[in-house]
Amino acid sequence: MGLKILTEHINVPGIETLEVYRKHGGYKSVEKALKTMSPAEVVEEVKTSGLRGRGGAGFPAGMKWSFLAKPEGIPRYLVCNADESEPGTFKDRWYMEKNPHGLIEGMITSSYALGANTSYIYIRGELMFILRILEKAIAEAYAAGLLGKNILGSGYDLDLHVAPGGGAYICGEETALLESLEGKRGNPRNKPPFPAVKGLFQSPTVVNNVETISSVPWIVNNSGAEYAKIGIGRSTGTKLISASGNINNPGVYEIELGVPVEEFIYSDEYCGGIWKGRELKAVVPGGSSVPILPKNLILKTAAGENRLMSYESLSDGGFVTGSMLGSGAFIVFDEEQCIVRNTWNYARFYHHESCGQCSPCREGTGWMEKVLHRIEYGHGHQQDIDLLVSVAKQIEGNTICPLGDAAAWPVAAAIRHFREEFEWHIKHPKEATAPGAVYRGQLDTVTA
Amino acid sequence: MAETINEVQFSDAALAEMQRYISHYPEGRQKSALLPILHIAQAEFGGWVSPEVMDKIAEILDIQPIEVYEVATFYTMFNLKPVGKHVLEVCRTGPCCLRGADELIDTLKRKLNIEEGETSADGMFTLKPVECLASCGTGPMLQVRELYYENLDSEARVDEFLAMMRQKEHETPAWAK
Repeated sequence: MGLKILTEHINVPGIETLEVYRKHGGYKSVEKALKTMSPAEVVEEVKTSGLRGRGGAGFPAGMKWSFLAKPEGIPRYLVCNADESEPGTFKDRWYMEKNPHGLIEGMITSSYALGANTSYIYIRGELMFILRILEKAIAEAYAAGLLGKNILGSGYDLDLHVAPGGGAYICGEETALLESLEGKRGNPRNKPPFPAVKGLFQSPTVVNNVETISSVPWIVNNSGAEYAKIGIGRSTGTKLISASGNINNPGVYEIELGVPVEEFIYSDEYCGGIWKGRELKAVVPGGSSVPILPKNLILKTAAGENRLMSYESLSDGGFVTGSMLGSGAFIVFDEEQCIVRNTWNYARFYHHESCGQCSPCREGTGWMEKVLHRIEYGHGHQQDIDLLVSVAKQIEGNTICPLGDAAAWPVAAAIRHFREEFEWHIKHPKEATAPGAVYRGQLDTVTA
Repeated sequence: MAETINEVQFSDAALAEMQRYISHYPEGRQKSALLPILHIAQAEFGGWVSPEVMDKIAEILDIQPIEVYEVATFYTMFNLKPVGKHVLEVCRTGPCCLRGADELIDTLKRKLNIEEGETSADGMFTLKPVECLASCGTGPMLQVRELYYENLDSEARVDEFLAMMRQKEHETPAWAK
């Protein structure tokens, strides 16, 4: 069992209440930060920790904080991105439901560091039941003097609110989120200016993920240097991994970064192996937007080393032989799964969720969905495979926000590693579209 | 709950909840409360928002009606036409499909004798496939209002779920309790 930073007390009965949370050390970081540290010192500890944004991009959190513009007389905001909508990702939902005060404590400590006096948790609208849990916990925190005016007699004021979205994946992108929080359509903004300069209500704003913010109390309590000792290389600390798909033990696991992928898949402590006694076929290691890797490449790097659960190891070799840790959504495919059908499913998702602002994304995601649909349903042509690669290339890098890349990468990677499966679908439409049909070639092929 | 949609009269509890959300934002930024207010309106008027309801929201927020329309049509959670008593929002995205989401949708279509987007003849159920609901480890699943129903991986569990929903009354929204 590795060190648990976020989940040490997650199964304690009543931990969602302030009383039990405080009995287990809750809100100590607020006392320490507000009474003994300057905001700059808190920022410095987060920088020292090496904590990287846990929403998917992995940008160093302390560095992001240090970009915040600080002109006098203009409010600053901290916005928590709780719009978790990436297929495969359910860690934030799980964490907020189980441990709402963990997030609220992180919001207070982080808001203090950033000089924000009003902060928001933007939560996806589907999670209204978690909004209720958070609001109940926030009310407890206000009643205990942990929120509001002059928190714990420190002179620091903070108001914290929860705002629901309306069911749009694009609002996980930070500028689309800010638009939505202002009561508009979730269309991403052009950058620059970045939110750190002009964010919510045109004021300096930091947008951080739930898990990122919830990691801050431990760093304040134990120091950034101690946090940096956990993990491996520039992948410091622990990470919540949401594991799903064809495994025996789907769920959320907190790991110290650096655990071997093979151990994560097969050990009983984590995924417990492939369900129904089947073989592993492939894994999407970081949420639906990151490239899929076949069995051989998810377990070993192209150099033959053990692939590790870390930012660097999972991306080793770039997209030719690697993928990304992303949001930590680990989707496992057994040998009975059809890669073409799965790729079409994700293409449909990205087409549905494109905000429609940029032509390459709006049109390209629709084309990819249609072409994949016809291949999956037995009407594909051989040139369709190259057409898909071409469309994906024309979307990638040509849109205001990363949703274009997120839509293109899964298609390109599926063809890169499973081209034979697409060809088989086109050559054998009747066999490929029969119920339960699965192409079984290439399972052991080295594609590097 | 308001009596008829034509009157567009929100209940006192709903209006109070709307004002609570408006108070979360700086003066002059009341439009920021639009999404939560649309959620409240939808719960208040039988699960959907009509043009008349949106006009009323614009009046409350002191913004133009078009500003409400463009938002309500962008976000998939807002229904723009009448729906059944229970809207079954079934996750159809990748991870749930790996665990049987397609079969769940087919089973519901067969048992309710409807296609996707349709409402059953008795007005009880609307079937609405949706994208990822952040319940990938407990799929296949669906959402009804604020609640999740997970691991619906057998016909018996679907039967049990439908029987329960047939007996279920509208839940009082948390803000109205």
